[in-house]
Amino acid sequence: MPDVELLYWDGCPSHPKALADLRAALDELGHPEIAVTLVEIATEQQAAERDFIGSPTVRVGGVDPVPPPAGEPTGLSCRVYRLRDGRYSPTPDQADLREALHRLLADAAQEA
Amino acid sequence: MSLAIGAAAPAFTLPDTDGSPTSLHNGASAATVVVFTCNHCPYALAWHERLQGVARDYHARGVRTLQINANDAARYPSDSPASMAARVSAGEFAGPYLRDDTQEVARAWGAAVTPDVYVLDGEGRLAYHGAPDADYGEESLAAGWLRDALDDVLAQRRVGRAETKPVGCSIKWRR
Repeated sequence: MPDVELLYWDGCPSHPKALADLRAALDELGHPEIAVTLVEIATEQQAAERDFIGSPTVRVGGVDPVPPPAGEPTGLSCRVYRLRDGRYSPTPDQADLREALHRLLADAAQEA
Repeated sequence: MSLAIGAAAPAFTLPDTDGSPTSLHNGASAATVVVFTCNHCPYALAWHERLQGVARDYHARGVRTLQINANDAARYPSDSPASMAARVSAGEFAGPYLRDDTQEVARAWGAAVTPDVYVLDGEGRLAYHGAPDADYGEESLAAGWLRDALDDVLAQRRVGRAETKPVGCSIKWRR
């Protein structure tokens, strides 16, 4: 199984909910055994090195399941997500996250 | 350190997006809402329409609403004066959107996050400080904590829920 990471910046309060949503999605997909690694991004340099455009950011095998628009600058910030109904949110749409995780985990299983 | 309930709020004069100076105290207002907000924070964006709804609904009752962006625009270009002006031109604000470039006002008020909501009574004393309502994700809450505070101030009652925990992105201080 691929590594699942939750990159976060402590200046933004959204990562506990993002972690709970991510864990719930993994459980719903039948993968409660997959561990989520929390990765704190604390400096602009770390943000640049990890292509971190804001907190929270999920990575599955290095791939963002909810990819941002191209050209978003890296930095220490709260990330802006759009829900399926168009509302702004500090965390990804749960259905978007679940579908993307399903696809990425299936791809990883096929490659293995 | 944030302002204490009942304390006189520090006066300010800040430019709006046209560069016109706008003062906290500008004639008689039954109440004044001051919101520290910004362009790039998902919490500020999620609550934005609810706050504009309050500004529109209470304007006729003598309530003035001032929204202030104090973020460091050098590090966060989406909070630049030009980006602020673009949002105002697009009709996104139901009142002045002010620039606190030196961040002195945000510091004097003890603002910490966006959005950070303050209500002053007609004498300029702090009557409410906190979040607009209990959940950024629930539009039906309609900034109810803020509305309750304004209703109490306008009825000259003690505000029942004078302090709540502001929730949002940290203000981006200059380094």
